[in-house]
Amino acid sequence: MTNLLTPALIGQIINLLAAILLLLSFAMLAQRRILSLIDLFAAQGLVLVLSTSLVAWTTDQVHLYVSAAITLGLKVLFLPWALHRLIRRLNVKWDVEMLINIPTTMLIGIVLVILAFNVAQPVSALAGTVNRGTLGIALAAVLLSFLMMITRSKALSQVIGFLAMENAVFFGATAATYGMPMVVELGIALDILVGMVILVVFLFQIRERFDSLDIRHLEKLREE
Amino acid sequence: MIWDHWEILLVLGIPLAGGAILALVGHRPRAAELNVALSAATFVAAGVLTASVIRSGPILALYEQLFVDSLNVFLVALTAFVSMTTAMFSRPYMRIEKEHGKLTAARLRLYHSMYQLFVFTMLTVLLANNMGIVWVATEAATLTTVLLVSLYRTPASLEAAWKYFILCGVGIAQALFGTILLYMAAQKILGSGFEALMWTHLSEVRAELEPAVLAIAFVFLLVGYGTKVGLVPLHNWLPDAHAEGPTPVSAVLSGLLLNVALYALVRCKVLTDGALGPSYASLLLMGFGLLSVVVGAFFLSRQRDVKRMFAYSSVEHMGLITFAFGMGGPIASFAGLLHMTVHSLTKSAIFFTVGHAAQKAGTQIMEDIRGLAKINPAVGWGLMLGTVAILGLPPFGVFASEFLILTTAMREQPWATPILLASLGVAFAAVFGKVQPMVFGDTTARRLPHPPALVPVFVHLGAALLLGIYVPPHLSDWYREAARLIG
Repeated sequence: MTNLLTPALIGQIINLLAAILLLLSFAMLAQRRILSLIDLFAAQGLVLVLSTSLVAWTTDQVHLYVSAAITLGLKVLFLPWALHRLIRRLNVKWDVEMLINIPTTMLIGIVLVILAFNVAQPVSALAGTVNRGTLGIALAAVLLSFLMMITRSKALSQVIGFLAMENAVFFGATAATYGMPMVVELGIALDILVGMVILVVFLFQIRERFDSLDIRHLEKLREE
Repeated sequence: MIWDHWEILLVLGIPLAGGAILALVGHRPRAAELNVALSAATFVAAGVLTASVIRSGPILALYEQLFVDSLNVFLVALTAFVSMTTAMFSRPYMRIEKEHGKLTAARLRLYHSMYQLFVFTMLTVLLANNMGIVWVATEAATLTTVLLVSLYRTPASLEAAWKYFILCGVGIAQALFGTILLYMAAQKILGSGFEALMWTHLSEVRAELEPAVLAIAFVFLLVGYGTKVGLVPLHNWLPDAHAEGPTPVSAVLSGLLLNVALYALVRCKVLTDGALGPSYASLLLMGFGLLSVVVGAFFLSRQRDVKRMFAYSSVEHMGLITFAFGMGGPIASFAGLLHMTVHSLTKSAIFFTVGHAAQKAGTQIMEDIRGLAKINPAVGWGLMLGTVAILGLPPFGVFASEFLILTTAMREQPWATPILLASLGVAFAAVFGKVQPMVFGDTTARRLPHPPALVPVFVHLGAALLLGIYVPPHLSDWYREAARLIG
């Protein structure tokens, strides 16, 4: 078993997982249905958990297991479940409306990926981790989630874009440094959790006020 | 061991406990008084902390997690002070809002609890030694204020809070990426673990940090914390959040939160300077700062809402401070720190008077607010003096710091001086032209059911005036020491 998993092979698996993560980011960018969007987000979290555990196993970094467990509990199980429930409670329409059409978004996405790889290359060469090559992918995923938030008009898909961005940042953290110290990871997890609670409260308030979750209602405050 | 520095733990413990207590009893009639008492206790603890730092130098506490030096101690004292006076102001203000039917007892409980927690998160940003905790606390500061901005639950306030939440959330995620890169650079020298994120350790080895990594990290940190400072073009959330939230929240956002975010950015700048030499971070800060001054000043004249206008004025002043830190050197950094102090004092005083003025008139639209000097001379003259002070007329403190910034700019960055002067001129014309008819002129506005709290206004303006004429030796030593640290 140990002979089978040579460092080279593990490196390959990590790269494969990173590629899947990038693919999932593009899939989220193109996805129209909000429920599928949540599933894609959960899948992205799962890829993050797998790659984090793999890195933890090869490098004997115990705290990475904890980080992977937090991600599994929070982002793969709890948040998708909570979002599904929320959608049932709010009775949101199924389709997500795009502000820019999908092919254009994809093209912009490709440009962003090239940009991210260029920026990350000098930095990743300096990282001392087994999965340093994936830093570029992490940065690309951050930018793609950013793009997703810009192109969506529904509050809920913006939230998912925001969460996907956090996933990508965490992926970058494992790629660059084997994760942050424990106390910081716990703090970040707490922030995400509290943030989500506030968001849910907020979505209900928005809905109560506007009878819709379309953020185009939230465009009254403009400069005259 | 833990109790070696009990005062620093009290500074953080009182608002944290206060948040919990007020979450239970914040709807009671006397909750506002309790809020004031808790804030005052925090201020006393901050005073004791300040005294012991003056007496015995920098303090490390709680297994190195907390840290006080000359740069953050005056900000801790300022934050505790302004949050105390704002609590005093908010007591009658929120009572009137409740009587106008804008708030229920349950929302008041949310307000009081979140107010204390917000103060706790800001003090944590200032006192944390761990750059990761600084990030966590900055994000927590956003979270606590989101619900405060949407307290009235009007469509406009929901929109402002949503914008605030999403923009600052995205921004702060960039800062997390920057922090990770910083950690990566530090790991090479300090090994993995706590030390590699501790500012005290990082600053010792800052010259050895990998320049290529720090260069990219600083861009992410600048975008991240810069969003919270309100630097143009990342400032979009700021005017909305200020205009739509309750006035005490506008006062602490402008007077404290922006300062706290800028403080985090300055800490990052010190590390970047160590790795890359002073010119890299300096150019970025000067660029963003100057852009904020110009855009902030030119947007002032287009505003109709009084709180929005003063929010843009905060963008302008934050830009000026960022520009000063960008120039660097003992005088500019000294001026930046002084400006942070006087802007915080003056701007919160302005928001106090603006709050009462808007309550009287029942609107925040400036054209509908008239004749403040006639119906309530204290509010009217408070607003007038505050405006004069924030626009940089002598003898107020803003004049002293702006004078120092401008003269340093003339010597070191002559190209920027005409831009700065023109922007300050435009800002003066815009703000003075709008405030003057608000204060003088005729009105039919009604009296308020409770007397407004104007002691904080005049205490703040008095302090800003004092700092313009005479900076006490302790304070100026302090600024000098901190300026040396910033470089």
